[in-house]
Amino acid sequence: MSDTKPAWRVGDELEGRTLPPVTRLQLIKYAGASGDYNPIHTIDEAAEKAGLPGVIAHGMLTAATMSLLFSPYLEHGYVKELKARFSGMVYVGDEITIGGRASGEDESEEGRVYTFEVYASNGESAVASGTVDFLVFQDS
Amino acid sequence: MSLERFIGHRSEPVVNVVEKGAVRKFAEAIGDPNPLYVDEEAAKTSRYGGLIAPPTFPRTFDYGEVEGMGPPGQGFIHGEHRIRYERPLFVGEEVSCYAEVKDYYEKEGREGNLGFLISERVGESPEGERIFTMLDTAILTPAMRESLGL
Repeated sequence: MSDTKPAWRVGDELEGRTLPPVTRLQLIKYAGASGDYNPIHTIDEAAEKAGLPGVIAHGMLTAATMSLLFSPYLEHGYVKELKARFSGMVYVGDEITIGGRASGEDESEEGRVYTFEVYASNGESAVASGTVDFLVFQDS
Repeated sequence: MSLERFIGHRSEPVVNVVEKGAVRKFAEAIGDPNPLYVDEEAAKTSRYGGLIAPPTFPRTFDYGEVEGMGPPGQGFIHGEHRIRYERPLFVGEEVSCYAEVKDYYEKEGREGNLGFLISERVGESPEGERIFTMLDTAILTPAMRESLGL
């Protein structure tokens, strides 16, 4: 966690990271924790029936993964808005890299709102991209 | 049978509780054991005065069923997700949740028509104060349409 109040300038990069390969157990855990038991995320036969080569990660798990970028700053603010577009499938074994870049800032009554362009990539192409508005409390 | 007829239809609100154990399990599943999500003592001394939930947690709530359809977009491929918060979501609070079908349209794809279902999900406090608003785009492939009998 970061102890000092964060501030970004347009163009600043968030510290990106590459996560461990996606495992089937992770997808099973996410299914249980989220209540999304669509079998295309856990059972190969169901995925194949839906025209996929194998099970795919939940889009919302990828969205949650992108939101990890902001976890270090939660003492000072919170995610005001998250927009994610899922552009590619995430398969078991994929190593997902997340990153982001500040693209705007604005004042609000609650505090300063920073906008970031964020992405999740499998190393070859983006699997998700979007924007996050992160609010830093006035008095933090 | 087209899904267009559900546009404007809304579920009956369902009261959900942001459960401590559910948030902990969720935080672990997404690989983010932030103390503000899981450590009650640490959260108590934070500005929030207690545990908060991860930003993507509200998709786990029960939003009720749109009559004749069930939960909108269930079993579809998730195309887009958007959530906007009026304030942070606290562990232990009650949230009244409902869903509404906003739009449905089809576009020609390589292997037949793709369906796009746009649904909104709202969370409110028991006093009727809006906490968050979600907008999701769910995609229905021809193969899925067949297996769901739509």
